[in-house]
Amino acid sequence: MMNRLFEKGRMKYIFALLVFAIGQLLVVTGYLNDYLFSTLTTLCINIILAVSLNLITGFTGQFSLGHAGFMSIGGYVCALISMRIPTVPGFLLGVLTGALAAAFVGFIVGLPTLRLKGDYLAIATLGMAEIIRIIFLNLKITNGAAGLNGIPQFVDWMWLSLFTFSSIILISNFIRSAHGRACVSIREDEIAAESIGIHATKYKVTAFVIGAFFAGIAGGLYASYFYFLRPTLFGFSRSIDILVIVVLGGIGSLSGSVIAAILLALISTYLQAFPELRMVFYAVALVVIMIVRPQGLMGSKELSLDLLKGFGRKRQRGGS
Amino acid sequence: MNKVLDVRKLSKSFGGLAAVTAVNLHLNKGELVGLIGPNGAGKTTCFNLLTGIYEPDKGSISLHRDGQEYSLEKRKPHEICRLGVGRTFQNIRLFRDLTVLDNVRTAMNRTVKYGLFSALFHIGSYHREERELIEKSMELLKIFELDGKALELAKNLPYGEQRHLEIARALATEPALLLLDEPAAGMNPAETAQLTRTIEWIRKRFDLTILLIEHDMSLVMKICERVYVLDYGMLIAEGTPEVIKNNPRVVKAYLGEVAYA
Repeated sequence: MMNRLFEKGRMKYIFALLVFAIGQLLVVTGYLNDYLFSTLTTLCINIILAVSLNLITGFTGQFSLGHAGFMSIGGYVCALISMRIPTVPGFLLGVLTGALAAAFVGFIVGLPTLRLKGDYLAIATLGMAEIIRIIFLNLKITNGAAGLNGIPQFVDWMWLSLFTFSSIILISNFIRSAHGRACVSIREDEIAAESIGIHATKYKVTAFVIGAFFAGIAGGLYASYFYFLRPTLFGFSRSIDILVIVVLGGIGSLSGSVIAAILLALISTYLQAFPELRMVFYAVALVVIMIVRPQGLMGSKELSLDLLKGFGRKRQRGGS
Repeated sequence: MNKVLDVRKLSKSFGGLAAVTAVNLHLNKGELVGLIGPNGAGKTTCFNLLTGIYEPDKGSISLHRDGQEYSLEKRKPHEICRLGVGRTFQNIRLFRDLTVLDNVRTAMNRTVKYGLFSALFHIGSYHREERELIEKSMELLKIFELDGKALELAKNLPYGEQRHLEIARALATEPALLLLDEPAAGMNPAETAQLTRTIEWIRKRFDLTILLIEHDMSLVMKICERVYVLDYGMLIAEGTPEVIKNNPRVVKAYLGEVAYA
């Protein structure tokens, strides 16, 4: 019983290495051309964004519409740093500083706004993202509406997979810790959570800051791969796009977010052939999925890599 | 006698409605005290004032623990819990979509020492402390005979077990004072009898002082050592169950209805 309750979960590292190796093989053999790699980059960035938003919205239950704002901070900070230090260490410094800057803004914004609930919080975070966008639009250093061009490109499969898997693993680790469970209990019932000694505001802000940090990383990767940034890239609609992935995959399921991001990437890639009808089909696909599975693809369940191990144990117990 | 809780002139009004007016009550260490009164008398409001969900308009609440005195009236709910006051709710507030184990385990968070960094990387004392949490939780669940259902979702438990799980969750915070808000509501006589035994047993086992809101008079009369009676937000009587039973004001306000029914 104890062993069944206490999962160490080392499978995920093996799985991550496997995916990395397959990807590396495809890159080296040249099977993954530029077009496919750009789709893959968008996919990985969307996965990081969705997983980090899921921590805030799905697990802690705080409805945020401001994720594009955090992403843009990470993007701009990373761009400005790596343009001045155009080396790999400069790029890494940029991504990390960008993520920390996004986390810092998340902290400053989170403290007052996380007292709000539901719709009010959504509107407050939406307003925050707009303010951030308008600041970038008016700053000289970010070159206003024209944006930044010629950001050095350092994103390859190694960095991409490293950042994506680290984001997923760290967030999933957090959720399966006492701190993560405190966040989930707030989603379940805030008053009950406080009655068992959980400092709701502290944990809401913690989740918000961690979510903002990883959104900042996604922004940094975006800046470095697509080598230009404009404030219009980080409008309201991007926040909605991220939210769509989270809701589609299942509120409170990390693997759901990953699966939904992959599914949407596939749909949108296959629809490239019909440019004029693409968005229509995309929207229809969303509506159909939400009618058939309103709780999202995965609901709040996780696709477990320990499934096979669990099956083996069940048989053992059955036999004894 | 050792006082655990001392409430003086506690008042709270919502707009023009005086929900609780100048209530004085105290609990001695190890006592099991009932708080009764007709519907809308202000019992649950009292609990919400004691646990920091509402801030009192007037009055003082002091908690005595380990020779220290803490005033509770300005504190937040999570601080009050950490000082040693656990509670259950009238309309069960479990974490419905979490497992039975997680409901109890989350309530033990206070004992967790590892920080955010260990939580993110699962390093340091993470594995050891998590294992201890599970062991402690299972021990507690065993007392309520819920250990076999540790991995079931709380919402899938039968009603009576949900009530028990809520008490287990409150106990997981290691309280000195336990507030039970209508623990027997919706239970049949057999379930109520079992609950009565459980309450008496945990009181001894965990060295608790208990304040209990209840409508089920058989339960109150059987296990409470003293009873406070509220009506329209005011304390109208106080004493042993025997005295309360024969108090004309109480009979008029409350027990009278039961006698006719």
